[in-house]
Amino acid sequence: MRCLALVATSALLGGCNLIVMDPAGDVAVQQRNLILASTALMLLVIVPVIALAFVFGWRYRASNPDATYDPDWHHSTQLEVVIWTVPLLIIIALGAMTWISTHTLDPYRTLSRLAPRKPVPADVTPLTVEVVALDWKWLFLYPDYGIASVNEMAAPANRPIAFKLTSTSVWNTFYVPALAGMIYAMPGMETKLHAVMNKEGEFRGLSAHYSGSGFSRMNFGFRSLSEQGFDAWVAKAKEAQTPLNREAFLKLEKPSEAEPIRYYGSVEDGLYAAILGMCVAPNLMCASEIHHIDRQGGAGPEGAASRERLDYDNRRLRSGDEPSGATFPASGRPPMGSVQPEGMMPRDQHLSREGVNEPKTEPDQGQGNALPGADRGPAPAQLNNRPSERHQH
Amino acid sequence: MFSNLDLRQLVFGRLSLEAVPYHEPILLWTFVAVAAGGVALLGLVTWYGKWGYLWREWFTSVDHKKIGIMYVVLAIVMLLRGFADAIMMVTQKALSVGASEGYLPPHHYDQVFTAHGTIMIFFMAMPFVTGVMNYVMPLQIGARDVAFPFLNNFSFWMTAGGAVLTMLSLFVGEFSRATWLAYPPLSGAAYSPGVGVDYYIWGLQIAGVGSTLSGINLIATIVKMRAPGMTMMKLPVFCWTTLASNAIIVTIFPVLTVALALLSLDRYVGTHFFTNDYGGNSMMYMNLIWIWGHPEVYVLVLPAFGIYSEVVSTFCSKRLFGYASMVYATAVIALVSWLTWLHHFFTMGAGANVNAFFGITTMIISIPTGAKVFNWLFTMYRGRIRFEVPMLWVMGFIPTFVIGGLTGVLLAVPPADFVLHNSLFLVAHFHNVIIGGVVFGLLAGVNYWFPKAFGFKLDPFWGKVSFWCWLTGFWVVFTPLYVVGLMGVTRRTQHFDDPTLQPWLTVAALGAFIIMAGILAFVVQILVSILRRERLRDVTGDPWGGRTLEWSTSSPPPPYNFAFTPVVHDLDAWWDMKRRGHERPVEGYRPIHMPRNTSTGIVLAGISTVLGFALVWYIWWLAALSFVGLIAVALAHTYNYNRDYFIPVEDVVRFESHRTAQLAARA
Amino acid sequence: MHETTAPPGAARPVFYEREDHAHGDGGTLLGFWLYLMSDCLVFAALFATYGVLGANYAAGPSGAHLFDLRLVALNTSLLLLSSITYGFAMLEMDRERIGATLRWLAVTGLFGAGFLGIELYEFAHLVHEGATPQRSAFLSAFFALVGTHGLHVTFGVIWLVTLMTQVRRFGLIAENRRRLLCLSMFWHFLDVVWIGVFTFVYLMGVSR
Repeated sequence: MRCLALVATSALLGGCNLIVMDPAGDVAVQQRNLILASTALMLLVIVPVIALAFVFGWRYRASNPDATYDPDWHHSTQLEVVIWTVPLLIIIALGAMTWISTHTLDPYRTLSRLAPRKPVPADVTPLTVEVVALDWKWLFLYPDYGIASVNEMAAPANRPIAFKLTSTSVWNTFYVPALAGMIYAMPGMETKLHAVMNKEGEFRGLSAHYSGSGFSRMNFGFRSLSEQGFDAWVAKAKEAQTPLNREAFLKLEKPSEAEPIRYYGSVEDGLYAAILGMCVAPNLMCASEIHHIDRQGGAGPEGAASRERLDYDNRRLRSGDEPSGATFPASGRPPMGSVQPEGMMPRDQHLSREGVNEPKTEPDQGQGNALPGADRGPAPAQLNNRPSERHQH
Repeated sequence: MFSNLDLRQLVFGRLSLEAVPYHEPILLWTFVAVAAGGVALLGLVTWYGKWGYLWREWFTSVDHKKIGIMYVVLAIVMLLRGFADAIMMVTQKALSVGASEGYLPPHHYDQVFTAHGTIMIFFMAMPFVTGVMNYVMPLQIGARDVAFPFLNNFSFWMTAGGAVLTMLSLFVGEFSRATWLAYPPLSGAAYSPGVGVDYYIWGLQIAGVGSTLSGINLIATIVKMRAPGMTMMKLPVFCWTTLASNAIIVTIFPVLTVALALLSLDRYVGTHFFTNDYGGNSMMYMNLIWIWGHPEVYVLVLPAFGIYSEVVSTFCSKRLFGYASMVYATAVIALVSWLTWLHHFFTMGAGANVNAFFGITTMIISIPTGAKVFNWLFTMYRGRIRFEVPMLWVMGFIPTFVIGGLTGVLLAVPPADFVLHNSLFLVAHFHNVIIGGVVFGLLAGVNYWFPKAFGFKLDPFWGKVSFWCWLTGFWVVFTPLYVVGLMGVTRRTQHFDDPTLQPWLTVAALGAFIIMAGILAFVVQILVSILRRERLRDVTGDPWGGRTLEWSTSSPPPPYNFAFTPVVHDLDAWWDMKRRGHERPVEGYRPIHMPRNTSTGIVLAGISTVLGFALVWYIWWLAALSFVGLIAVALAHTYNYNRDYFIPVEDVVRFESHRTAQLAARA
Repeated sequence: MHETTAPPGAARPVFYEREDHAHGDGGTLLGFWLYLMSDCLVFAALFATYGVLGANYAAGPSGAHLFDLRLVALNTSLLLLSSITYGFAMLEMDRERIGATLRWLAVTGLFGAGFLGIELYEFAHLVHEGATPQRSAFLSAFFALVGTHGLHVTFGVIWLVTLMTQVRRFGLIAENRRRLLCLSMFWHFLDVVWIGVFTFVYLMGVSR
């Protein structure tokens, strides 16, 4: 039945690539099967309903004198029981499927199989990949190999992959349709995803959660390789001379669109932890340290750190880079005009002269803030990074 | 401290001439069109000297019927705006494939889809539903007005004020780019500085006050003002769904208010509710906003279900099948709707137990919904179905909606949602239930109750054209979107690299133009009907062979609705009265006690809109002034004790004898 | 199924009410209750927010460092007393004694103003110590919750003063009695919310 439905749909849709219906990874295959099974289960009630609508509509049309007319017939206990029971039974079946599949396909759960009837061999360790969503590109760190790549990730087929994901500014969703379902990447937080690719090939990955101007081009290539191919890929990355240290990361972190694929032959120790702790920039206090202090009950009125060491979100405004979702007047660009946000490639070739995508003026950090008592400088949120004036008493 | 404040900022805040996008052709022409239309409209009103009439009879009216009509007019205007956004989105998507960039750059496209979602839910669907509830419900329960008529007028103007503020962002500054629910941290001050999100926040907050108060008002009306004999189990189904919908409104809008208020504190004061740093938690916003957002879907769809119930039983000339189970189904949907919000972010990484729980609660909603669909079907069974325009909408609704239900339950299965979340499949799903469920219902309702409101039917030919365009257009748009969703294409993208998508997206764009034809046909339908009103006239007040009390009075009903309050003995009270040979009393009239019109509502809402504008642009003196003004006007209003009057008996007699003569002439 | 078909010749039931029965005032009280419940949800959401963020001190001060329980206890007693005095005002209203009603209302208003004064003093003190709403998510949530309650009390006091002038000017007419009843519900509601704030924020904050 499942195969039949698949054949029918693929025949119907001809050449188009229904990747969600024909994925290459075991997790996504199971998710596809779940979609097909649930659809089939629901069609059991949907098809009769649609058929009844047409049958009753035709049979009891006013122009048909042969049909029975019973204006007071409005109750039938047996029928009511059926009406409520049929959906109930379907939902019980579907609910059971949901409960089981949600647990077996929990993205946080380490894989127990590579494919149907093919458990993970005892000597295979998952490939750990640390994924960082940046404005608007993807950074992949391979802690086991000490390398990193931008907008391209590679993994050997038939080896489980353990993803750890975070983001630097706003939310994104990590999604490789051929591999497995999506999961959010959120700043200061880590999510996990376990998956495996069963076929070799080139696949598409993307951000599925809107994250500002360059979101549409926040794509990456997913290369599923043989063991040898992966080793060669790692070796190629190792050859890249540029190290990924804190300075390089801070430069990479600035908003930019359609970044070319790039490799880093070495990665500074503890960089991912610092990204996760929002403390790559010098001087910032790491989230883990803050949590530790908070768990001890805070740090007293004086605080354990100055405000400069805590302030993370306003770095764009401080550095003069345009924030991802800025609007007039803070964008420094005319409203809805043809000048693109900072970090974007030129959209119109006629306009692609020098500097067209730079803000016309410095981004107006103060947003014209005339809040009495506030200086010309701070945007509302920037009120935070002014050191609080302590009065002596 | 004040040394570097310059005068311009003090007076205009961050507002300047550059805020007007006169260099942008799309907006310039939009502005020219809106201005020309506006000037023409204002000119016509002035030419015919109708300002006084509009002010006295409409703007300051506390009559629930007039307020209901104003709500629907607002909704239709906003439908045009929201749909213009939709057309821009689909054409951009169809054009911007491969090497082409389309015509909307990302920062403009982002505003278009944000505005489309915001406007369609808050300023199209909400006012439309509220308007129909406002118009119909008091008539159905045999009441002369709602419980708090002044509040009703105020609620309407607050909704309109929010709409005005949102529309203003088109021509002064920019609108939010942070999606229709403004998820932080993107919508926070650090990542979305500027006026966009502030327009969004204040537009919604002002309209939200209106929605909450109108919810309270309509609940109190149903609970307290039903005609004698109308027990809760004799309440028309539409009133039940109205009750459930407003009960949801009253419980969820406060949460929306809080979520937006905390976001605005983050943006204005620099607090840390949803920031990344200082211990803020953006996941909390996601929870708060969807605690509002999911039940909101049922706020919209339950009254539409009520409309279908009324239409089906009227046009099948048959009592609704399974009234009691319909009522319980409504109640169950309302109750469970509060327990499903997390299904909007299964992919956030909550544990399997949490995801499974919310997945299953979501599926449970499909049980009462399924029961409702069966009830409509069995109402058709052994009926005499007249396929007038309202019934056509029902026939279009059932197959469309159950397919939307199917894809919805599919999305409620967390592992399936993992691959479909944020995809165009999801976009197709919710348009499937909102257009197929809510919009079809509202258009059925307009065609059904229009003769009640204006005394003549809507032209059936153009109604059918509109229906078929909407139905086919809908499927032409959203079938391709379902398909490309399964190709792993996600939403809110301004550009597609994959050229094989273009055929699908082009078909979807064509579909949107078919829907546009449907909307135009609807506008034409109204205009044609006004021109042919004498031919379409109905003097009976009961053009469809109705079953509920609104059909027992004249069309349009007198300001007092019923000269004598009807006494209810059965469900389908008017059907019962007709069947048992009621006689319409023609004497013994009395003066009727009614609420007096007031301008306080429009004044308060006007000041609120100015306050919102001042806050968006940081014009602090104006904000302070309008806030003080708001308080002062509200307090002054409480000194007015003279809030009602009696319609003199002569007026009642005049009106009722006219109806007597009309009915006699027809007999 | 049969109840709608009347046997022929049976007496026709009454289908119209000939006498006009004015709808009672019950609608207002029900409506006001509904408003209070929706307001209650505002506070519920704020409490939930505080529950989520209440321990995120951002390496800054916690409730144990900041709260002065003696001050808050004084504040709590002022507000609780004001509820009692409002009750006395309502009793006097039932006895139709305008002067006594006004006097008790004035006492209630003074207690309310005292509560607000102490709260403002507390806030000023916190800001002075650097514990501003911008300092941490905990303080943001604290100021939002307590501040929203304070705003409600402020509007309550404004409303109270307005009602006092109206009672003085128009007497204890039906409208004013209804308004006094609504304000009384509002006032007691704020009291109940404050008990939640006192327990959940202050007591648990100090002992955390």
